[in-house]
Amino acid sequence: MLRNPQLNAKGELQHLLSVEGLPRELLVQILDTAESFAGVTERDIKKVPLLRGKSVFNLFFEGSTRTRTTFEIAAKRLSADVINLNVAVSSTSKGESLLDTVANLSAMQADIFVVRHGSSGAPYLIARHVKPHEHVINAGDGRHAHPTQGLLDLFTIRHYKKDFSRLTVAVVGDVLHSRVARSLIHGLTTLGAPEVRVIGPQTLIPAGAAALGVRVCHSMKEGLKDADVVVMLRLQNERMSGTLLPSAQEFNKHYGLTADKLALAKADAIVMHPGPMNRGVEIDSNVADGPHSVILPQVTFGIAVRMAVMSMVAGGG
Amino acid sequence: MAALPDAEALCAALAAALAPRIGPTSAMIGIHTGGAWVAERLHAALGMREPLGFLDIAFYRDDYDRKGLARDPKRSKIPFDVAGKDLLLVDDVLYTGRTVRAAINELFDYGRPASISLVVLAERDGRQLPICAQHAGARIEVAAGMRLRLKRSEQGRLSLELERVA
Amino acid sequence: MKLLVKGGRVIDPASGRDAVGDVAMADGRIVEALSGKPDRMIDAKGLVVAPGLIDLAARLREPGYEYKATLESEMNAAVAGGVTSLACPPDTDPPLDEPGLVDMLRRRAKALARARVYPVGALTVRLEGRKLTEMAELAEAGCVAFSQADTAIENTEVLWRALQYAATFGFPVWLRAEDVWLAKGGVAHDGEVATRLGLAGIPAFAETVALATLLELVRATGARVHVCRLSSAAGVALLRRARHDGLPLTCDVAVHHVHLSDMDLGFFDPQCRLEPPLRHPRDRDALRAGLADGTIDCIVSDHTPVDEDRKHLPFAEAEPGATGLELLLPLALKWGVQANLTLAQTLARVTSAPARILGVDAGRIAPGAPADLVVFDPQAPFRVSAQTLKSQGKNTPFLGLELAGRVRATVVAGNVVYEA
Repeated sequence: MLRNPQLNAKGELQHLLSVEGLPRELLVQILDTAESFAGVTERDIKKVPLLRGKSVFNLFFEGSTRTRTTFEIAAKRLSADVINLNVAVSSTSKGESLLDTVANLSAMQADIFVVRHGSSGAPYLIARHVKPHEHVINAGDGRHAHPTQGLLDLFTIRHYKKDFSRLTVAVVGDVLHSRVARSLIHGLTTLGAPEVRVIGPQTLIPAGAAALGVRVCHSMKEGLKDADVVVMLRLQNERMSGTLLPSAQEFNKHYGLTADKLALAKADAIVMHPGPMNRGVEIDSNVADGPHSVILPQVTFGIAVRMAVMSMVAGGG
Repeated sequence: MAALPDAEALCAALAAALAPRIGPTSAMIGIHTGGAWVAERLHAALGMREPLGFLDIAFYRDDYDRKGLARDPKRSKIPFDVAGKDLLLVDDVLYTGRTVRAAINELFDYGRPASISLVVLAERDGRQLPICAQHAGARIEVAAGMRLRLKRSEQGRLSLELERVA
Repeated sequence: MKLLVKGGRVIDPASGRDAVGDVAMADGRIVEALSGKPDRMIDAKGLVVAPGLIDLAARLREPGYEYKATLESEMNAAVAGGVTSLACPPDTDPPLDEPGLVDMLRRRAKALARARVYPVGALTVRLEGRKLTEMAELAEAGCVAFSQADTAIENTEVLWRALQYAATFGFPVWLRAEDVWLAKGGVAHDGEVATRLGLAGIPAFAETVALATLLELVRATGARVHVCRLSSAAGVALLRRARHDGLPLTCDVAVHHVHLSDMDLGFFDPQCRLEPPLRHPRDRDALRAGLADGTIDCIVSDHTPVDEDRKHLPFAEAEPGATGLELLLPLALKWGVQANLTLAQTLARVTSAPARILGVDAGRIAPGAPADLVVFDPQAPFRVSAQTLKSQGKNTPFLGLELAGRVRATVVAGNVVYEA
C-alpha cells in the first residue's frame, strides 16, 4: 500500500490534501483544535502569534474569492504573512508549468501553499515536489476534494448534533461534480455516522457511489425522511440545462429544498450549504434564512477550522 | 531526597496568604492544566466575585517551530473583561518562565489589566526569563534531569511528583 | 554474413518446438546448416533463443514529435527489448495519410538498420473521420493496415464506408472500440476509483457500444478487422461470441492492461494515465483469461514515449501513454508464469500470433524464415528505471519495479543489432 502522502513518518499532518485517508483520531484532533480557535475568533483581538514570520501563499489556479478570503483571514489571524496569487491569469497563461510556478514561489520562502486547482489531484502533484518544510493545503481540486470545507461541515454538524454515531445525513444535488460532497462523505463515514444518503437524479450521481459508503436515493421523499442533517450542494449554472438536467425549474421541483420537503426530516434537523447558494434552485429562501439553517455559522466555523489546519501542518521541525 | 510537600496543604496556605489582598477589582485566571486545578481550589476558597478564567497558552508558545502545536489545546475562557482588573495568574510550577511569558502575552490580547500578579503552587530553579512569582506556595530543589509535576487523582486530590525527563 | 547461435534453448512458438540446439543463419535467413565457418557466433548456453518479438503498436514519434522521441532512440529501445518487427500507428504529425510520409518513414527506418518497421496508414484523411485516404496508394507505399490510432470515427456511415472500401481490396483495418461521445472528457475507468478521485469517467460500455457497432459493420462488409487495445470484461465477452460466430476478427491487448487496473492509479499517478483507461481488476482478469483462451490473439506494448513535461501534470492533464518496447518481453513472461503457460505458449502472443495478424513471414524459427531472433535470459532480474530505459520516454507505471527477463542479443536479418 502506498504511504499516505498527507502524513509524515510520525503520522502527523504534513499536508492536507483530502479527508479520505485521515485517521479518525486525527480528524477529531483537527476538530478539537478548531474548537480552541473558535474561542480566539470570539475575542476582540482575534489574532494569535503562532505563525509569525511564516508565509502563506494562496495559489488559486481557479478563481474563488470566497474561499481565498476565508484562508486569508485564517492565516492573518495566525499572524502569518499572506500572499495572494491569482495564478489563473498570471503564470499559466504564459505557458509556465504548474511545477515551475511552485518552484518559483518556493524560492520566495513559502511555508504553506493553499492550492485551488481545476484538476483533480493537482495538490498531490505539488505536494510531491515541495521541500520538506513546505506544506500544501488543498482548497479544492477538480471534483476530487475540498477538505477544509468537509472539515468545517463536520465541525458544524458536531457543534449542533454533538455526536455522529446516531446521525442520518442527507447530501442533496450534484454529487457527481461535487468535491464538497466527497470530502464530507469520507469524514462522516470515518467518524461513524451510520447513515449517509446522497439524493439526486441518476445523471448527477457518480458511478459506484455506493462504494463511498452511502445510500443512493433518487427521491427527496425517501432521502430526507428522518434526516438529522440536510446538506444542499451548489448546482453550477452551466449544468442547469443540457444533458444532465432539463431545467433549473424542474430540478427545483424535485430536488430543491423547500419547507415542505424539509418537513420530512427530523423536527430539529439542520440545513447546510457550502455556498454560494442559488436561491430558488437548490434551496428556497425561506429555508436558507429559516430556523433550521446553519449556513452562516458554517462560514464562521470555517475560519477556525482553517486556522487549526494551518497551525497543525506548519509547526514542528 | 526530602519528601515533597502536600499540594492540598500548599493550596490552603496560599489561599490564606492571598485572602487579605483580594479586592473588588481582583480576578483569577488559571493556566491549563495544572494551574487551572490550583486556581479552582484558590478561587473557591477565596470566594471571589468574578468567575474563574482559564488560559491555554498553546497558541502563544515559543517552541511551536520546534515541537508543533500541542495535541489537544483547550479553549481559553475568560468570562469577564480583563481591562482594569488586578489579575492573579495561577500556575502549578514555575520553572523556565516561558509559560508565564506566553500567558501574559495572551492576556493582553483580551485587554489591558491594571496589574498581573503571579501565583504558583511551587517554584524551582531554572528561570530563563526575568520572571518571578509574587506568591509561591513552596520552593523545591529539583535535581537535573528531573521534572516537578502536579497530578490529580481520580478522586480529585492534588499531589506533587518528581519524574525523570524522558 | 553467416551467424550461428549456439547451444541455446530454442523455442519456436509456431511449431511448439522447445529444445536445446543451434540456430544457423545466412544471408538474412535461417538455414538448416551452415556451409563452412560462421562469421560470428553467439554462445546462447543457458539462454532462450526465440523469434524476435513482433509488436503491433509502437509509436516512434516521427514525424512531428521528435521532442518526445526520435526514430533512432525508439529503434534502439525496440532492439534492446528484443523487438525485431513493429507496426507504428498513424498518429504522427502529420498523420500517415500520404504515401510520401509513409515512404520517408520506411526509408529512415531502413537506414537505421535495426527493427523492421511496418507503418499502419491512416484510414481517414488527417484521422478526422470524414474522408477516406488513398488506401491502395498507401498500401503500395508500404502500409500493412489502416487505422485511426486513438481517434475514433464519430460518423458511423464513414466507418461503414471505410470498412467497405478496405474490404474491397482486402486491406486489414485495425481499430480501437471506443464511442467518442461516451468517452469524451473521460480520463479514467468510470467506477469506484474515478468516483473517489473525482476523475471524469469513461464507462466500460463506451467500449462495448462501439464494439457492437463495429461487429455489425464487420458482419455487413466482411472487412478484416483487428480490434486494438481491448480493455473491458464485457468487451472480451462480446468479442468471444463474435469470433465464435466466425467473424473475421483478431484482437490485441496492451501489456499494461494485462497487469494493471484502476486500483494502480493510487494517488493520481500520471504514469497510469493510459488510453484506453485501466479498468476494474475484474476487467483485467477477463483480459488475461481472453488472452489465455485465444479470444485475444496477442499482446502489444502500445509504446508511447511522452516527455516529462507532459507527464508532470495533474492526472487529467497528463498526456496519456506509457513507454513499453523494452518491457514487452519481461511483462509477457510475467503474465505467462502467472497464467501457468509454457514459454512457447507465452511467446506465441508476442511472436507468431502478431506475425499472422501483420501478415509477415516472421515470428518463427525454421529454415527459410527471416533471421530475426532474440536471445534472452528469462530469469535474470532487472529494475525498471529511467537510467536503464533506452527509449527517450521514461514514462511507465512500472518504474522502480523489478522484472525478470533480460535480452542478451537481438538479431535482425542475420545481423546482431543489440548485445548486452
